[in-house]
Amino acid sequence: MILIVIDHADGAPRKSAYELVSLGRALTGDDGSLTALVAGDAPGAVAQEIARFVPRVLTVSAPELAPPRAETMTRAVAHAATTLGAEAVLVGASRFGLSYSPRVAMRLGAPLLEDVTALERDGDGYVAKRLSYLARVTETVAASAPTVVVSVKPGAAAAADPAASAGEVTELEVPFEPDDVRVGVASRRAATKGRVALEDADVVVAGGRGFGSAETFDDLVVGLADALGAGVGSTRAVVDAGWRPYGEQIGQTGKTVAPRLYLALAVSGAVQHLSGMNRSKVIVAVNKDADAPIFRVADYGIVGDVLEVVPALQEAVAGLD
Amino acid sequence: MKIVTILKQVPDAEARVRASGGTLDLSGATLVIDGMDEYGVEEALRIRERGMETEIVALACGPERAAEAIRTALAMGVDRAVHVVSDVTLDAVAMARVLAGVVQDEAPELVFVGGKQADWDSSALGPALAEALGWPHADWTTELTFEDGTITVTHDIDDGTETLTLPLPAVVTTQQGLNEPRYPTLPNIMKAKRKTLEARPLADVAAAAGAPADRATELRASEIEARSRRNVVLDGDAKTAATELVRRLRDEAKVL
Repeated sequence: MILIVIDHADGAPRKSAYELVSLGRALTGDDGSLTALVAGDAPGAVAQEIARFVPRVLTVSAPELAPPRAETMTRAVAHAATTLGAEAVLVGASRFGLSYSPRVAMRLGAPLLEDVTALERDGDGYVAKRLSYLARVTETVAASAPTVVVSVKPGAAAAADPAASAGEVTELEVPFEPDDVRVGVASRRAATKGRVALEDADVVVAGGRGFGSAETFDDLVVGLADALGAGVGSTRAVVDAGWRPYGEQIGQTGKTVAPRLYLALAVSGAVQHLSGMNRSKVIVAVNKDADAPIFRVADYGIVGDVLEVVPALQEAVAGLD
Repeated sequence: MKIVTILKQVPDAEARVRASGGTLDLSGATLVIDGMDEYGVEEALRIRERGMETEIVALACGPERAAEAIRTALAMGVDRAVHVVSDVTLDAVAMARVLAGVVQDEAPELVFVGGKQADWDSSALGPALAEALGWPHADWTTELTFEDGTITVTHDIDDGTETLTLPLPAVVTTQQGLNEPRYPTLPNIMKAKRKTLEARPLADVAAAAGAPADRATELRASEIEARSRRNVVLDGDAKTAATELVRRLRDEAKVL
């Protein structure tokens, strides 16, 4: 039995949830045993949506999960995995997934296959691909134990189509303990209000310091992103300069993305940045330095000043049907 | 106050990493203390410098050569260090089990761990260590303050930032934005040579912790996979190049 944990926000599954469904179907041979876990303070709507894709959906409904914390999710996921006797627990490798899944593995005494880009059965266990050494190396890692915990990198699988018939939704009681809520959430601040989340974006427009100021960055990078319905990304230098929030940083210390299209504007392509985006399907680079390393990983490049090229791009995009 | 900062020695970000026959070759790569770990060392030093009496212990698990990275932390101002000497390249969960034993013996109030290790590309060590200890954790921390017995941290989450309060003891993973790590000064480098760096074999530490002295997962191969790219450079003035780019993205790459 394979358990997939559904990452959700604002009453809807995240894109990664549909990717886990695909992966889970492939691993179970679509034999009807795939089970999804939806945990939250009001998981009903998300569970109904996921039941269109998965034969069995478990909901955990608890005030302890609002907002979700690493330890409350660990309790819910570990309890579900133990109760069901899951052979594998698949979690989306969002920041939150990466935060609680190691705890789940430790609590279950299970090996952890972390941030994998591919996952297959291998005898009694599983074999995965994952990146290491700032995404310069691809590792093949295997694990077998009664239970294996896997965090799956966004984009590792295609999003699933709905199943022929809807699955069954049942509720699971989880015995939370006082320590599960010892971490207090004082406040939360959304950084990407109104714009598509970076990890969920099909298109990412990222900019570097070459824009000269926060205002120009807003006009050109954010302007182009909004015209394309894209997520906004930044280099470390940009967030260090305070032009953009840390949450938009792409790279080793920031986020990893693998969108359909990645536009790197005035991004030189330091290895730390490349490690966060070099799995994108198509990469475009605009840089005035023809020798910038970013051109080596680019499908299309324009050697030129972003202050001239990006307005021209905005115009060309506006001309699309 | 006692703080343990976990260290890892990793190839420099600009280092050339090679692989042949499925095995990684780090010979020739410059090895340094992981940049993410330096934020933890620096934060511990700043806590002490703000006037709180603090003992700072560096803890690392790695091969003999990792002692160089530990010396860097000692030269930054850490008081003493424990080096679990291991020729096995452990994974994060296995290392967390081993280190938990040492942390329990040291009994600190706070453990700093780098947010993501640049060799594993993993952010699991901090949360796994916290779980092994039965402590809470906060990851990707950019701000940290103390009030008796608790800490308040601001950290990055998927859609923004969050401020948490944690009871101590706790594990905090560190990243850029938390502080600007200092460079060791020459006098401090000299002083560091006289500080205690206690080496303990992995087998002993693992046995004492009741943890396996081996990986939890099996590493079968490490390869360098270059993805082939079109590498097309579009010529002409900005308008011509931009128009051609959008056309190609739509008609050739079919991504618009």
